[in-house]
Amino acid sequence: MHILGLGILSWITFLPVLGMIIVLLLPKENKNAMRWTTLGITVFQVLLAVVIYMKFDRGMAGINTMEGFQFIEKAKWIDINSVTWFGRVSIEYFLGIDGISVLMVILTAIISCVAVSASWGIEKSVKGYMALLLLLDTGMMGVFVSLDFFLFYVFWEIMLLPMYFLIGVWGGPRREYAAIKFFLYTLFGSVLMLLAMLALYFSVTTIDPASGEKVHTFNMLAMMNHANFEPGSILATIGSSARYLAFVALFIGFAIKVPIFPFHTWLPDAHVEAPTAISVILAGVLLKMGTYGILRISFPIFPDATVYFQVPLAILGFINIVYGALCAMAQDDFKKLIAYSSISHMGIVILGMSALNTQGVIGGVMQMFNHGTITAMLFLIVGVLYDRAHTRGLNEFGGLMNQMPKYSGIMTIAFFAALGLPGLSGFISEAFAFLGAFQAPSIRTITIISTIGIVLTAAYMLWTLQRLFLGSIPEKWKTLPDINNRELFTLIPLAIIVIFLGIYPAPMIDLMSTSVNALVDIVNKGAATAMIGQ
Amino acid sequence: MVQQILESAKFFQPETALTITFCVALLVSLFDKKGTMVGGLVFCGLAITALLLVKQACTAGNVTLFHNMYAVDGFSTFFKAIILGSSLLVTIFSFQSNELLTAKRHLGEYYALLVAMTLGMFLMSGSSNLIMMYLSLELTSISSYILSGFTKQAEDSSEASLKYVIYGAFSSGVMLYGISMIYGLTGSLDVYGINEALQAGTVNMIALFIAGILTLVGFGYKISAVPFHFWTPDVYEGAPITITAFLSVASKAAGFAMMIRFFTVAFLDSTAGSLTLGTWQALQGFDWNKLVAILSVLTMTLGNLVAIWQTNIKRLLAYSSIAHAGYMLMGVVVLSSDGIAAVMIYFVVYLFMNLGAFYIVMIVANKIGSESIEDYKGLGVRSPFVGIALTVFLLSLTGIPPTAGFVGKLYLFAALINAKWFWLAIVGVLNSVVSLYYYVKIFRNMFLREPAPNAGELSFSPVHIVIIMIMLLPTLIIGIYFSPLVEIAQASVTMFGVR
Repeated sequence: MHILGLGILSWITFLPVLGMIIVLLLPKENKNAMRWTTLGITVFQVLLAVVIYMKFDRGMAGINTMEGFQFIEKAKWIDINSVTWFGRVSIEYFLGIDGISVLMVILTAIISCVAVSASWGIEKSVKGYMALLLLLDTGMMGVFVSLDFFLFYVFWEIMLLPMYFLIGVWGGPRREYAAIKFFLYTLFGSVLMLLAMLALYFSVTTIDPASGEKVHTFNMLAMMNHANFEPGSILATIGSSARYLAFVALFIGFAIKVPIFPFHTWLPDAHVEAPTAISVILAGVLLKMGTYGILRISFPIFPDATVYFQVPLAILGFINIVYGALCAMAQDDFKKLIAYSSISHMGIVILGMSALNTQGVIGGVMQMFNHGTITAMLFLIVGVLYDRAHTRGLNEFGGLMNQMPKYSGIMTIAFFAALGLPGLSGFISEAFAFLGAFQAPSIRTITIISTIGIVLTAAYMLWTLQRLFLGSIPEKWKTLPDINNRELFTLIPLAIIVIFLGIYPAPMIDLMSTSVNALVDIVNKGAATAMIGQ
Repeated sequence: MVQQILESAKFFQPETALTITFCVALLVSLFDKKGTMVGGLVFCGLAITALLLVKQACTAGNVTLFHNMYAVDGFSTFFKAIILGSSLLVTIFSFQSNELLTAKRHLGEYYALLVAMTLGMFLMSGSSNLIMMYLSLELTSISSYILSGFTKQAEDSSEASLKYVIYGAFSSGVMLYGISMIYGLTGSLDVYGINEALQAGTVNMIALFIAGILTLVGFGYKISAVPFHFWTPDVYEGAPITITAFLSVASKAAGFAMMIRFFTVAFLDSTAGSLTLGTWQALQGFDWNKLVAILSVLTMTLGNLVAIWQTNIKRLLAYSSIAHAGYMLMGVVVLSSDGIAAVMIYFVVYLFMNLGAFYIVMIVANKIGSESIEDYKGLGVRSPFVGIALTVFLLSLTGIPPTAGFVGKLYLFAALINAKWFWLAIVGVLNSVVSLYYYVKIFRNMFLREPAPNAGELSFSPVHIVIIMIMLLPTLIIGIYFSPLVEIAQASVTMFGVR
């Protein structure tokens, strides 16, 4: 599908760059023009996402075959001719989506748009803020659509800098510390990923159809086919320690983003210090990149290692769920509480994925989307309260129910969705994830223990509601105004999604089930051949 | 004899042009008190050299001149191009430096010595005889001693110069000692002869190992590898910033070129069969690559860790350049064409990003009169373009895509992974994470901190902006599209005497 000769995925990815250039060219005083331009660009992005949603063929699997991907764009980017001692290098501009990435593309478009509307109140150098936000948008979108590992890596890294500045310049009091911590952690993960990527590069060759020449490639799909591994190369032997090592290196890179215990400590800091809109993006999209990377890269490329590490992965999921919930329970700071609840909820994604069966992985992917929308709501809600009260201390509030009825209503939806109340989207994905994990014999016990997390989540969520809304209202909050229309405008679409998908999740499941089936199939088959090979 | 010399002279044109430029510059500087004319003249001389170098690159194959004294091959030409590129840029920087104007001496001398240093480096990158290597090293060093103390009424400048002389004299003495031992052991001074003698297998390996280490001291000093780096921070801080920039790029490039040639050609085991094309085997008993690996780890780790504590940006960049020498040593460790190609690619990238950073430090120092990182507070607000440009250079030095520095690191790590040096690759990437921490300090001050209350907007002239662009554009473009660079580098790894 092409618009003006350029594929729709290129449009949706690079549209924000176009917007960035426009914003940079606008005169400094014209703050509203910048805001509207940015909003316009992201709204347009949502429209493109809707087009993608409509045109997306639910029957095509993707994952490891090029034919299964949709909206493909493929062009030579860097092609270095062969010298006798170094084969030909080929890096492609290769975009395409399947059932797993399409959801993430839609999520990114929605969350970006919401984040821009939540940034309306930013007054400090609007130009820089909007430009960086748009650059971040491109980076995120690029990660979800690229199928060439090199391209993926470039997009992955492009996000770091805007994020650093967005937290560092527009953040709270400890913003410098939080920003550099985020930057260092993520860079640490991505350099390990870089090494694994290079090891893969040297192991995989494809035949160039034009010249019949063997070409080293960064093409992810080629890496997923074990026949493409050069015999005798670093990662060729299935079940070898080199492959496990590469898997672990990749995993650390992704785990830091998710974040999986023990790499999670950057997250509370970053969330607490970041401005509301950036927290929304961070929780809504950035965390999903980690789990997306595991699904898109680690699982299909290293099926043997995936099965080998299935139990440790589930244990990490369990730790995330319970540890995140316990930490959340101990917080007085509203925003920090939500940050830890994110860790807990991402644990459910990990647990679901580690089931390595269709229900589990579907649950995981759904949870990625639902957590994206629900947590975005939660952070917006924190932002609304903070903008009015200039404090986030939960113990300072009480009895807001009567003071801010509309606010209380929307917040209750978000909180109940987060704790997994049936009828709201969080329930469906959690149920699928736990169901899948329970079905996998090797991680059944872990799953059973993990369900404690649900109780804990309910506990801290309800306790938070109680601390905010019930009891008597302190004198100083008697003048707090209720939520305004602009804020409602950002929250209501998300609430609609949350409720709709809670009642009728089929559209989302349809979108990805073929792909998830294929993925599960690849992992289990790949692992089975590994067993025979040994 | 005469015939051979005349034949060789044909391939010696760029060096000849530099020699002539040097002589003319010296003469003119007697009359030209302000030195602007000499500067222009030197610039023209360097430009002519560039043309001759390009011509030579297109026509000459791999030859050796003056009875194996000097090799002209793709490898040396590539390094000469880097050296010449940086001397051209540094000449341009010098036109705008306020700092140099404080010197009591004639600026003419400065430009003339710059050419002498360039000539020395040219010779270093091509020398294939130990005496020639030593002499060219001294030519470079002596010119740089004078240049680093050029603004000698500045106290730190004279201190820098003196330190430099002492360290330089000591390490070249040690190197000379090593050279004499090698001569005693092998009976030859040119690298090909040494290789032949070593292949014959009659040499005492322990003695050779000691001699090799002693020679390494000389190289290590030139590229400021740990533990021979002690002069670097003081010299870099004390020397005029133009010279610091020049030393950090060109002098390192020349040192690397000389070292790579010496080790690969002299200690190559050409009898080892069954190796894939483009990878070599070091002689049994003298695993210099393990030695260099240790040197590399020490160099980058110490450079990065000490850089964290610096408050002066020049000193910070000095330690960062030590760290970068460590990264590049990783490429030397890998005994293969892709390792060497990676070093070459890295140098091109390093040329632009490092000179770019130094140039901005210079023009900012011209305006605010300070090199302290504290005084960079709010620079991004006071002059957004310069702030953004410096940020790009620093990110490139860290190695974050889509900047050129990433491509340089990518090829270095690729060479390591391909040769299965995993532990070194891991140390290398972790080091680049550490380096982020101190580079961030600079752009944190520029963008995250408020400027001092009385600090107004800083404006830079269009000339400054154009010069920044000369370095900024390659830094960005190479990051996105690097095929031409890699192709040229890969075509240029051919070294005379190596398969």
